[in-house]
Amino acid sequence: MEILYDYISWNKQGDEEGMNYAVKRFIHLIPIIFGITFLSFLLMYLAGSDAVTEMYTNRGVEVAQEIIDEKKAALGLNLPFFQQYVNWLWGMLHGNMGVSYVTGEDVLTAFMKKLPATLLLTGLSISATVLISLPCGILAAVRHDKASDLLLRFGSFLGNAMPNFFVGMLLMEFLGIQLGILPVISSGIDIKSAIMPTLTLAIAMSAKYLRQVRSTILEELNKDYVLGAKARGISYQVILWKNVMKASMLTIMTLLALSIGSLLGGTAIIESIFMWDGVGKLAVDAINMRDYPIIQAYVMWMAIIYVFVNLVADLLYHHLDPRIRLGVNAK
Amino acid sequence: MTVFRENRLFAFYTGLVVLIVLLALFAPFLAPQDPMASDMKSVLQTPSAQHILGTDKLGRDILSRILCGTQISLFMALCLVALIAVVGTLVGVLAGYFGGWLETILMRFADMMLAFPGIVLAIAIAGILGGSVINTILALLVVSWAKYARLVRSLVIRLRNQDFILAAKIQGARTRSILWRHVLPNVLPMVVITGAMDIGTMMMEIAGLSFLGFGAQPPTPEWGLMLNEGRQYIQTAPWLMIYPGLAIFIVVAIFNLWGDSLRDVLDPRQE
Repeated sequence: MEILYDYISWNKQGDEEGMNYAVKRFIHLIPIIFGITFLSFLLMYLAGSDAVTEMYTNRGVEVAQEIIDEKKAALGLNLPFFQQYVNWLWGMLHGNMGVSYVTGEDVLTAFMKKLPATLLLTGLSISATVLISLPCGILAAVRHDKASDLLLRFGSFLGNAMPNFFVGMLLMEFLGIQLGILPVISSGIDIKSAIMPTLTLAIAMSAKYLRQVRSTILEELNKDYVLGAKARGISYQVILWKNVMKASMLTIMTLLALSIGSLLGGTAIIESIFMWDGVGKLAVDAINMRDYPIIQAYVMWMAIIYVFVNLVADLLYHHLDPRIRLGVNAK
Repeated sequence: MTVFRENRLFAFYTGLVVLIVLLALFAPFLAPQDPMASDMKSVLQTPSAQHILGTDKLGRDILSRILCGTQISLFMALCLVALIAVVGTLVGVLAGYFGGWLETILMRFADMMLAFPGIVLAIAIAGILGGSVINTILALLVVSWAKYARLVRSLVIRLRNQDFILAAKIQGARTRSILWRHVLPNVLPMVVITGAMDIGTMMMEIAGLSFLGFGAQPPTPEWGLMLNEGRQYIQTAPWLMIYPGLAIFIVVAIFNLWGDSLRDVLDPRQE
């Protein structure tokens, strides 16, 4: 982090221009939010105009056609498509995202209830990933082509070829059933239940990041200035930690920002396997039940995360790399 | 053939890939039992001489199901990668070569598609369309073409103003022939490399969708689906999930190795 502040204070004079840039980027990203919500709305419109029938089927009651028609009219489902979308958008802008077809609960409330679990899992697995992949990646890069590098690369290769749900089930089998030290299915949102989903996600992500950290640092180590510094008798440790790490951090931070985004979406598969009650599981359940308002809220959430994370990554890049900020490499 | 002689490793991995393809093609003949035939007298049996990898809840032979599953997984993954490559290249070439409003529209659209972590949107699409092999391919196609479009577009933009293209233009070559004869051949190697490296990933995503119940439907012997069926018996019959999982792992690993070595052969600049 110190490295970051270093750069930031050094770049203070670029702040004003930076603000303009941020605003510009943000405006650029707004159409994406609307595009995504429109597309998902269209998709649901095309797939199941019969959400009401679905709703009663989900509740396990059989009702007359008149009641279905009445309910449809009440929900505004017999309006033309475009009007439905505008109505939804209007409600959304006023914080009203409708009610769940299944539970009748307010969508926003239902969504907010599930969010803490996903936030917790995101925080834990990102921390675990950083703790595993950063030291391992640095080690692999420094010990290039030595035994430890080969071993780490092999490990990362194994992790990359294994679907994360299989990793999760193997953990369940060995830690949960054979050794019996962890609950197989989460008993609630607590640390003990969080260990296995966190491990599963961290294993899969670390396998990916280890490679990226390694190649980023290797690339940096092969640059001329490192050779120059060595020739001037600067110790390898100083070069590595002061120069190479500083330069590599930019790429690594950006990659991390992007993966935080995908984790915040709730990793649907992992949450479902471990019965972790987050937004990813909510979305999968909603898709299974054709609970369109919930799906739509979820899509909205994903769009917002995407835009936000991209903005942050972009600004980080813009702010930390003087070449980009000053437009040296423009074009 | 010299390619193989000069790149032993690539030859070896190609051999493994060919082996998988042959396994897939001849799976129905190699499988010791009918993968669909249930046998209620031998339900959930542990691996034994008769059923090397055990049987599932309907008494079906796991080994036979895994072998036949190779066919489905491979077929789906290859179809998917081919479709993605075609769609992505088409969009990328159009956007990159013509530029202007066409590029803006196509690339904004691609940005939107990239906005989601692929698997979530694919789940939504497959879930809403209903689970089936075709819908899985469609869903993942919708999610994945944008990456290729981006890649191809950036390659085409670099090509667009190079001398040989300008020369062709000055000679009065038609746009279509420039695209076919000059642009496409220069873009193709990168597309092939990316596609080859993606086969493994796509297999995992296909398996993931089936695992959630949004892909192939029972009784299809699809690996992801088999893992899902095994999930319910994880306490009593762990072999139900371990062997299909290993099958995915081995095949994905081989395709990843092959893809990486193909890149090294075709594009020696990288590492």
